[in-house]
Amino acid sequence: MMRFSTLIKNPADWMKGSGPHSEIVMTSRVRLARNLRGFPFPGFSQEHQRVELLRAARPVVEELPEMRDGYSVDYTELSKIRKQVLVERHLVSREHAARTTGCAVVIDRKQSISVMINEEDHFRLQGIRPGLNLRGAYELVDRIDTEMDAALPYAFDGKLGYLTACPTNLGTGMRASVMLHLPGLVLLDQINPVIKAVGKIGLAVRGLYGEGTEALGNLFQISNQHTLGEAEPEIITQIEKVIEGVIRSEQTARAKLLEDHATMLSDQVGRAYAILRYAHVLTSKEALNLLSMLRLGADLDIITNCDRSLLDLLLLEIQPAHLQLGAERELSPEERDVARAEITRARLQAIHGPGHSAKGGPDSAADI
Amino acid sequence: MKCDVCEAEATVFLTQIINGQMTTVNLCEACSKAKGVTEVTGFGLAEAFVGAAPRAMETAPDLACPSCGFTAAQLKKIGRMGCPECYDTFREGLEGLLRGMHKGTRHVGKRPSAIIAAAPPPRPRRSTVPASTPPAPAIQTPSITLKEDTPAPPPPDLNKLRAELDLAVKEERYEDAATIKAEIDRQTQSSPPK
Repeated sequence: MMRFSTLIKNPADWMKGSGPHSEIVMTSRVRLARNLRGFPFPGFSQEHQRVELLRAARPVVEELPEMRDGYSVDYTELSKIRKQVLVERHLVSREHAARTTGCAVVIDRKQSISVMINEEDHFRLQGIRPGLNLRGAYELVDRIDTEMDAALPYAFDGKLGYLTACPTNLGTGMRASVMLHLPGLVLLDQINPVIKAVGKIGLAVRGLYGEGTEALGNLFQISNQHTLGEAEPEIITQIEKVIEGVIRSEQTARAKLLEDHATMLSDQVGRAYAILRYAHVLTSKEALNLLSMLRLGADLDIITNCDRSLLDLLLLEIQPAHLQLGAERELSPEERDVARAEITRARLQAIHGPGHSAKGGPDSAADI
Repeated sequence: MKCDVCEAEATVFLTQIINGQMTTVNLCEACSKAKGVTEVTGFGLAEAFVGAAPRAMETAPDLACPSCGFTAAQLKKIGRMGCPECYDTFREGLEGLLRGMHKGTRHVGKRPSAIIAAAPPPRPRRSTVPASTPPAPAIQTPSITLKEDTPAPPPPDLNKLRAELDLAVKEERYEDAATIKAEIDRQTQSSPPK
């Protein structure tokens, strides 16, 4: 099995800003909730029962063809910071990271598939793909799920489907979610009607790190709430249709910004670049919001020659646990703000600010 | 006091008494408007609301899961089940809850291979834990085993009763409504109404 440092060293393909509609859609994730017959759900079981289930099920997961040579860890052997790094990469949930004895996670080499053991359910299987590609993400987990099903006695009911700890996950046990970057709609103050409309058709809108989190950096997660009464492909098709609508709204908003508010837009992007490039203290919130402006500037060619994967990776690198992992010790919030500014300054050296031509040198004619 | 629908602070309280049986409904302002309950014009409103809305489990609080010991009171409190078999134990009260939560009340998606092999078409109105599913080799015999065949066919006419209840309320036949509601309670709780 793989070491933690090896897993973390190489960024996953979905962290590098590629995939369909990647100028607006960051990632597509699908998770399945699964449980075993004969065991109480983790929230209502005794510690020894969770340990027993873990001992029996973890080798099965580790041996799946997709997970072989991946990373597998028992939570009693994982430091708080390392757990948090996995949360920041969306490889485990916040709820799961808060648990210890009887819990483990198995992650494939590419960081595209993770299987959490003893989360709210016995298993949470997750697949991640870059851009808008829920089908691809579902294919990943569907395959794992079918393989696990062959070896483990899933709790299933003919009428209610896959039985889950919470009735909100019954049926398919599937939550499909898409992470969107919507700075255009936010700048034009059009985001609230969009959120409302999406909510009305039974989808949930959340912030960067799920339930109850703020939509920092103009990042929004949209996911299905209903899991019973519709088959997986139907649910995915419905979400994709909605997401395509949101993408169109964002594209319209960006076009309008360019046409009617070009100066304001260039000003925002330029200020974002200047602060990120030269600041020595950056809070998480400030950094995320400025990086959002920079990404928008790159998408709209206000900043040319910008490697977007650099920005998307930086978004991860400046998260609290990633900073502390880099420093190899716990950092106070103030220390983190300094470390965040430092790494941001360093990374942005590779990017020229707005007003530079694609060839690199300052385009003084454009500035005058 | 929390709203029965959305957990917000309740500001509208409806109480009705039919044949000595009291029903109370607590709503926040938004939900009371959404349900059209803007003023207390008669006790029919409360009952109409109760019949239509997603609501807490209609199960006797001391009912416990024979497999894991989880009680209906715990279920009401935390909104989650204790073990997979709890769904059989508390099945009767679940329907209304699920209707408010999901697109449907019947699963139509992926099925485990063992289920497909054992019972290809979804059997209507039956709980299907197939008797023939072999225990998987990788797992040691679980400390708790599920009943091999779970006999939990819901009373066939619950939905019909609910429809009758809705109609009775709509037509303001409150005594009829009370009788029908008592019958629903009797069937869903398998214990006498309070």
